[in-house]
Amino acid sequence: MITLITPETTDLELVQRAKAGDLDAFEALTTRHEQRVYSLAMRMLRQEQDAEDVTQQAFLSALESLQSFRGEASFSTWLLRIASHAALKVIRKRKGLDLVSLEEATEPSDHSDTIPHPEFIADWRQSPETLVQTREIQRLLDEALARLDEKHRLVFLLRDVEGLSVKETAETLGLSEANTKVRLLRARLQLREQLTKTLGDPATQVVRSHPREHGLAS
Amino acid sequence: MKCEELLAMLNEYVDGTVDPAICEEFEKHMAGCNPCQVVVDNIRKTITLYKAGQPYELPVKFRKRLHDLLREKWKEKHKAR
Repeated sequence: MITLITPETTDLELVQRAKAGDLDAFEALTTRHEQRVYSLAMRMLRQEQDAEDVTQQAFLSALESLQSFRGEASFSTWLLRIASHAALKVIRKRKGLDLVSLEEATEPSDHSDTIPHPEFIADWRQSPETLVQTREIQRLLDEALARLDEKHRLVFLLRDVEGLSVKETAETLGLSEANTKVRLLRARLQLREQLTKTLGDPATQVVRSHPREHGLAS
Repeated sequence: MKCEELLAMLNEYVDGTVDPAICEEFEKHMAGCNPCQVVVDNIRKTITLYKAGQPYELPVKFRKRLHDLLREKWKEKHKAR
């Protein structure tokens, strides 16, 4: 009665089987998602040992609480949220914060956060499809990400890189949806700015001669 | 619609969750505003690039440790039943 696990076997099927006691199914789930969990942890924490600890913790938690996974969200979303919580614990510990939510720790400055105005505006020389194949691009992406304020980076990682909804991102980070959206906007604009400086074609750069006349200035 | 207003609604437009009436305003503005057009295009490409980014490879030793540990915990858990 043993059915083979193939790439076509859905996560949901694997979860059912794991819940029924099939270790191979759980291991298959781990193999499928470990890179993604590790990558998220690395981008959140930027330290290999911490990322390993968080990855391990995430899968151990998943193992322990698998019975409580009901399939309302996708398995990967569930797992990524567990991993995010574990990573956030590390971040708070680094800062000496105890159980203070990110929102409480950073909210005041957010009210005075204005939307950054695009400064360097130019068409990119190459398409994302081409860029993705170059060797330097990952380093460039990671560097740009590392330069963001953590509060912006975390939102961008969960929402844009991992594809969680705004609501899921807000809940995972303990933020309001409104705050999440503001941080997401700032992250996107700042990343755009940085990447365009390297990837933009100077020949197409928009140079404003009369900044005051054009809305995008100041 | 002014560039300022477009900038404030950038998320919604790029994510496709903006009101159709506002979407129309957006596109009207962009038709006549090259900088805004380019910024919106840049943002789309930025998100695409990050989504397509390479995952980090798990260190080989770590991967082995992880799977060994999980198997151990699994057996412990299922034995106890």
